[in-house]
Amino acid sequence: MNDGRDLPMYESKAVSCCSSSPEQEEEISYVNCEGFLAGTIETAIDQVARVKAELTASDKIGSFKARWGVGRMSYAVAPGLYAVGNPTPESPVLVSANYKLSFDSLRKELGGLDLWILVINTKGINVWCAAGKGTFGTAEILRMVAETKLPALVSHRKLILPQLGAPGVAAHRVKAESGFRVIYGPVRAGDLPAFLKNDCKAEPEMRRTTFTFLNRLVLTPVEIVGLLKPLAGLTLAIFLLSSTALLVGGDQYRLLAVIAQTAQILVPFILAALTGAVLAPALLPYIPGRALAWKGWVLGMVLAVILLVGAYSNTSWLLKSAYLLALPAIASFLSLNFTGSTTYTSLSGVVKEMGVALPVMIISASLGAVALIVSFFI
Amino acid sequence: MKYRYLKDVVTLNLDQSKCNGCGLCLEVCPQQVFTIKEGLSSITDRDACMECGACARNCAPGAIYVRPGVGCAYAVLMDKLGIKGKCCGDTCGCTLEGTSDY
Repeated sequence: MNDGRDLPMYESKAVSCCSSSPEQEEEISYVNCEGFLAGTIETAIDQVARVKAELTASDKIGSFKARWGVGRMSYAVAPGLYAVGNPTPESPVLVSANYKLSFDSLRKELGGLDLWILVINTKGINVWCAAGKGTFGTAEILRMVAETKLPALVSHRKLILPQLGAPGVAAHRVKAESGFRVIYGPVRAGDLPAFLKNDCKAEPEMRRTTFTFLNRLVLTPVEIVGLLKPLAGLTLAIFLLSSTALLVGGDQYRLLAVIAQTAQILVPFILAALTGAVLAPALLPYIPGRALAWKGWVLGMVLAVILLVGAYSNTSWLLKSAYLLALPAIASFLSLNFTGSTTYTSLSGVVKEMGVALPVMIISASLGAVALIVSFFI
Repeated sequence: MKYRYLKDVVTLNLDQSKCNGCGLCLEVCPQQVFTIKEGLSSITDRDACMECGACARNCAPGAIYVRPGVGCAYAVLMDKLGIKGKCCGDTCGCTLEGTSDY
């Protein structure tokens, strides 16, 4: 044990790793680290916590919850230096965000390797988003290099960063101000072992983002959670309309009939929401057109037509108009929202398509709402 | 496969007279927008640019300009409505997290 050390943060990490130092963000609490630590190692400057290079059940449960939006904003790891395996002063240093999903996807690929991980404080946000905001950035890297006394710990002067951290980091400034050369590693953590073996050279495919069916699908649960509130509001509105129409019509109030009518009218809206939030992302590359709002609109229209010639062919023309106007607008809006999850949409492009799509959606959805309301009373 | 977004909208610009040919822009670009031609960087797939800003940020001689931003409709909407700090909230599916980003 190295007593008398003056690194409170490190000390606390070695002992109870999750207590944060005073200057850190107050509102973020760090996840309990017991699950992913495997002891500590002694170094020239201090004890360093060693992380497991595989995921445990609690890691997987935590990931699942974060995907569904549960406690997602406090799914963070305490910033600092961590060891994988038995690193020496010559071992490479990887830099990562302190979002636990990012940290997990990194360490699970590092089995059998000996290296250091410098976790910087991105306030619990993943590398790419944090780089876009600048929290995964030059200043934070310089701060953490100094705070962890990295220059005294390692004999080389190289930092390996995820390529997707590059929007926030100026490699030449890190070099000028700390002496550490930034090497951009592959986009995916899974390519790191090959990258390290290959003398830190990335093959071209390691530099490309991919956005596979699974990549897209894994992002949809959180979209579904976002739908719950608006759909609950819509359910209540239709229920009240149905009740009012029945009472205004002078009929006897029958709750079961109102519930049945509410459900029947509601189902297409739920299907439209799922079309925009799940089906459009899943089928993204196969839907014709480029703008995401357009892709969602196309699917929403297909859904509306299928319903109107099928199960809903006996509904009133007003309700049919309501569906034709509202369902594509809903699907369109939700698939437009998926721009934030894609790997290829630019801000300029999003602003451009919103300028066209939003007014159309608002008008179309408003007319649909009017038709829906009127349909109850005619 | 490469996804294609809208044509001719991005703000990316390269001033070849300032380029020193270091090639870092090729390395950091996740969309393979640049190639090196005769020792200098050149924009060969401009419409693939997603305006992440990595190239400009890492260009030591300052030869590249792009207005960096996140292509996220929700963020743009919140910004227009004047609601700050709502991005990457509980309802945001943000890019790539956990699947390939580390």
